[in-house]
Amino acid sequence: MAERSFAKEVQQLKIGAGEEFRGEGILAITKALLECGVGYVGGYQGAPISHLMDVLADAQDIIGDLGVRYEANASEAAAAAMLAASVHYPIRGAVAFKAPVGINVASDALANLASGGVTGGALVIIGEDYGEGSSIMQERSHAFAMKSQIWLLDPRPNLPSMVKAVRDGFELSEASNTPVMLELRIRACHVHGAFTARDNQPPPLSVAEALKDPKRKTDRIVLPPAAFAHEQEKMTRRWPAAVDFIKSRKLNEVFGPQNGRVGIVLQGGMYNTVIRALQRLGLADIYGETDVPLYVLNVTYPLVDDEFLDFCEDKDAVLVVEEGQPNYIEQALGFMLYKAGRRTRLCGKDYLPPAGEYTGSAMLEGLGAFLRDNDGERLPARHRAPNRPIAETPSVDLTKTVPPRPPGFCTGCPERPIFAAMKMVEEEMGPHQIAADIGCHLFSIMPPFEIGGTTMGFGLGPASNAAFDGGGEKRPISIIGDGGFWHNGLTSSVGNAVFNESDGVIMIVDNYYSAATGGQDVLSSRAENKSKSTNNSIAGAVRGIGVKWVREIDRTYDVGKVRDTLKEALTTKEKGPKVIIASSECMLNRQRREKPAMARAMKSGERVVKPKFGVDEDVCTGDHACMRLSGCPSLSLKKLDDPLRDDPVAAIDQSCVGCGNCGEVADAAVLCPSFYRADVVHNPTAGENRFHRFASRLIARLQARRAAKRLTFARQGA
Amino acid sequence: MTTHIRDFVPEGGRPAPEGLIKLAVLAVGGQGGGVLSNWIVDLAEQNGYRAQTTSVPGVAQRTGATIYYVEMMPDEGREPVFALMPSPGDVDILIAAEIMEAGRAITRGFVTSDRTTLIASSHRMYAVSEKIVPGDGRAGTEAVLPVAAEMSRAFICFDMEQVAAAAKSHISASLFGALAGSGALPFEREAYEQTIRASGRGVEASLKAFASAYDRAGGAVEPAPEPAPAIALAAAPAPAGPSGLVEVWAGLTARIALLPATAQDMVRRGVEKVVDFQDVDYGDEYLAAVEKAAARDADHGGAMHQFAFTVALAKHLANAMCYDDVIRVADLKTRGSRFARVRADVGVGDDAVVKITEFMHPRAEEICGMMPARLGRRVEASPRVFGLIDRLFNRGRRVRTDAPLPFLMLYGLAGMRRFRRSLLRHEMECDHRARWLARAYEALDHDYALAVELINCRRLVKGYSDTHARGLSKFDRVLDAARLVEDRVDAADWVRRLRDAALKDEKGTELDGAVATIRSFVGDDADRTTSAQS
Repeated sequence: MAERSFAKEVQQLKIGAGEEFRGEGILAITKALLECGVGYVGGYQGAPISHLMDVLADAQDIIGDLGVRYEANASEAAAAAMLAASVHYPIRGAVAFKAPVGINVASDALANLASGGVTGGALVIIGEDYGEGSSIMQERSHAFAMKSQIWLLDPRPNLPSMVKAVRDGFELSEASNTPVMLELRIRACHVHGAFTARDNQPPPLSVAEALKDPKRKTDRIVLPPAAFAHEQEKMTRRWPAAVDFIKSRKLNEVFGPQNGRVGIVLQGGMYNTVIRALQRLGLADIYGETDVPLYVLNVTYPLVDDEFLDFCEDKDAVLVVEEGQPNYIEQALGFMLYKAGRRTRLCGKDYLPPAGEYTGSAMLEGLGAFLRDNDGERLPARHRAPNRPIAETPSVDLTKTVPPRPPGFCTGCPERPIFAAMKMVEEEMGPHQIAADIGCHLFSIMPPFEIGGTTMGFGLGPASNAAFDGGGEKRPISIIGDGGFWHNGLTSSVGNAVFNESDGVIMIVDNYYSAATGGQDVLSSRAENKSKSTNNSIAGAVRGIGVKWVREIDRTYDVGKVRDTLKEALTTKEKGPKVIIASSECMLNRQRREKPAMARAMKSGERVVKPKFGVDEDVCTGDHACMRLSGCPSLSLKKLDDPLRDDPVAAIDQSCVGCGNCGEVADAAVLCPSFYRADVVHNPTAGENRFHRFASRLIARLQARRAAKRLTFARQGA
Repeated sequence: MTTHIRDFVPEGGRPAPEGLIKLAVLAVGGQGGGVLSNWIVDLAEQNGYRAQTTSVPGVAQRTGATIYYVEMMPDEGREPVFALMPSPGDVDILIAAEIMEAGRAITRGFVTSDRTTLIASSHRMYAVSEKIVPGDGRAGTEAVLPVAAEMSRAFICFDMEQVAAAAKSHISASLFGALAGSGALPFEREAYEQTIRASGRGVEASLKAFASAYDRAGGAVEPAPEPAPAIALAAAPAPAGPSGLVEVWAGLTARIALLPATAQDMVRRGVEKVVDFQDVDYGDEYLAAVEKAAARDADHGGAMHQFAFTVALAKHLANAMCYDDVIRVADLKTRGSRFARVRADVGVGDDAVVKITEFMHPRAEEICGMMPARLGRRVEASPRVFGLIDRLFNRGRRVRTDAPLPFLMLYGLAGMRRFRRSLLRHEMECDHRARWLARAYEALDHDYALAVELINCRRLVKGYSDTHARGLSKFDRVLDAARLVEDRVDAADWVRRLRDAALKDEKGTELDGAVATIRSFVGDDADRTTSAQS
């Protein structure tokens, strides 16, 4: 079950024509899919598209009632491959995943899909994880569209435009027999807004019905000679069909005055930022009424030559607003101008930053400079001096004061003790070659652990250590999560290691979920899932693929055991890959499940034990060795009101969930005896109460006895 | 250094839109920034505004710094084009759910004095980089507060985390209250409260936190609490205990009054600490050492230095005399006051059943330390016996101090206090202390400031087992390196620098760098000096 529940919100998916839909962009997209009569949906979770998968999962009943098949695919490749159903059958299908990494994984299936072409509309919804908040390499999906001839939509980031893009996307796909990618940037996925709904449409032909009457056409299959025909078809038939459709249906939009000496060409996704910059320059109002002509590319691939050339008519200069690099669109537009023999000046990344996110200030500066240079009438002020407004500089530079705050392991995270143990092994046996993977466990690369040197892709951690498979003086270690393991790690990483007789150690971090993306279930999740098969064993899969040395640790908080198992893996004489499966449930999900249950149990009088850790501040010497093996948000610092003590001591705040890491680490690393665990027993049994009274009385008497013989200071030992 | 754009003047013909409000929330993942921004949107939409919120979720929400952004505008029947992210110099209201996040907002240019109302909780959530420093790695809020006041149009700052905790609610509720109290949005208090009610979860607690934050927000800036002034001597409470001991104690305190005024508070705390650690005789021993230091201090012009040598020695000698042995840990863990503190921390009274588990890991070193000095030394000298003891004892021990038998065991260990002076650990500590003080006194004869810094180096010795060993090694390395510079006029500065470097990281990498720097300018002579010594 996912971290966030959309059970309430998905009820809105049922609303009919004319009603107003309010909510997050992702939810609006889901509603639009149903309105378009989609026959099957799927995808793979990952920011910023995770919520779409969560919405689909929570909406299973609603979409099932419509006869729509929902699949939580094993990977982006699996999701893209599913679109094969639209090749021969007139069934609309949509899949969603994050980009560009998801497209990297999916590109084999997408390229095959694009070659043969589609009959039913095929929509690939991609959450472009670019710019602030992104967790991946900064690249563009645009190149995939160009290389495979897949059309790319980039709608204006508001709900009506995004919903319209879904509708247009299916039709464009069908009109040109080509799959279409719908690109949504991070903030567009999570923007809240409203649009007017239509009725949901059951698919005219459902996938279940299609099975009754199977279809195949050899000329759609990617094999010579059909493949050569596909290539010709792409250029002679599908591309022109797409351009006609885009033009006739006016998918791209023009705003502002008919004439003007300058204009701006922009990706749809950049629209709000452009309008805001124009607003701040005094050239647009809050509703988007602009004094500068805009040509908004809601379709960024393919481009429409005559639309663009018309827009450039009588203009001295146009600015291309194209986020990311390289500047594919700017290059293409320049080529069009050149071929048409136009003299319009084409600007772009000479005014705007060559790389990186187009933030509000980057846009303001770029547009301002462009307009000042090229449209003196509209921005005559200050004699074309750049608008350097009154600059205000803080009297003290805080950039050195404010500590960086990268994401890290949550309070009580079961992965923390694994890396604490690894760090202890590193201290004892020296540093090792360690390859990391994608997932929450990648936070290990940050302080305090600083473990792991590379991350090559999801499920590829052990594979990325392959060059070291032959072994050497020390064994290489690689890390992989349960999500990555099932995504493709079983074959690409573990299978690879078995086949090549790797001498390395593989640490599989199993937290029962695809946790980093929001706690979606995977094959080995321990929870029962009403529509998915869970509880499939990682160890079974690993042994099945041929690993001989497998160790399972079913409680990662046992730091000593993790450490000793890792040491054994690094030193055993056994040949072949050494696989450790360290399993404990993601604490975020566990708390979400257990907290309400515990509260209910406590209320109803059941015996409940609630653990919390604490630090005896007199015993703690403030050396912070514990924090260098933890980084837990609940284990923090406290400055004592005691001039004898220079350094702040450790303190555990009320957010502690009593996971046990502090005690285990203090013990395993022989840190200090200042930690204690206090288990509060709610609704204790009568026997427990009696024993507690007896013990407390005895202890109190002994304490009083000793206190009577010594001086007791209010400021000491409190 | 960041430059901040303010008073942006549109150059074209159109005026800036009327009524558009831009609000950003900077929070740490898990603080409820999403709840808050949703409340703000609901509030706006229920009160005649159109609003939009965006955020950047994903992994940043896992304890990292996160931004939520809201724009709103009076509903005029058309859909405005709102921006999706805040721009420097263009934010009307900035809510920081932690004071350093306010600092981050300032460095990013989101707070400008022409327009931004800055609402910030003054509490700290320490970042990992601050926590892992062996010394004091905390970034100072004192740098942020004046800048926040200077850079904002209005600055509302108090501990909203504490306000929320007091109401058993979440900081999102107190931030919402502070926003209402700031008057920065054109909505009435009731409208905010209605929003909370409509959200339907934890309503009562949220409303309570909201109300107290609302009231406090009217009071504008509240600086972070000043460090409490040192309690004056007269105010220090007298200890409780048998009358005979109280009398002896009175004699000790009388001697404190004869010491330099600047040192008296520190000495008083020091005596308390050592008496608490051992007994009144130990207090007498401590006082005698401090008295000797004060006399020597006076001889070397201490009055000119506010007796800094005596103050430093009073502090570090007390810490050194109260070393962390098994007896001390057992003593502290078995006290009544400690049991009360544990119960207070988990928020239960005396009747509640609380099981307390201690995590102890004695090694052979600790066991030998508890042996009579001669025996202990012999055992340590014999690898065979030492190894046997290590095998017998060296493992993690979970001790349930709420249960009679384990309690009795620790209680008994604590009772070994009376033999402490004859134990090996005590002898080792005394030796170390004597060498350290001798070194400082030696320096006092020719360089007052250096002597003070050498005393302060005792700060490096702390922790248990490996950490303690590393601390001792850093202490030794600093004192060795101090030899290289002791004839220079800036010797004290160098020793302070060395000590600061030693406190920066665990392994002492920075310290090694600092020592290398010293070696580079003192040259070969120094190498000879050190090798002669080692």
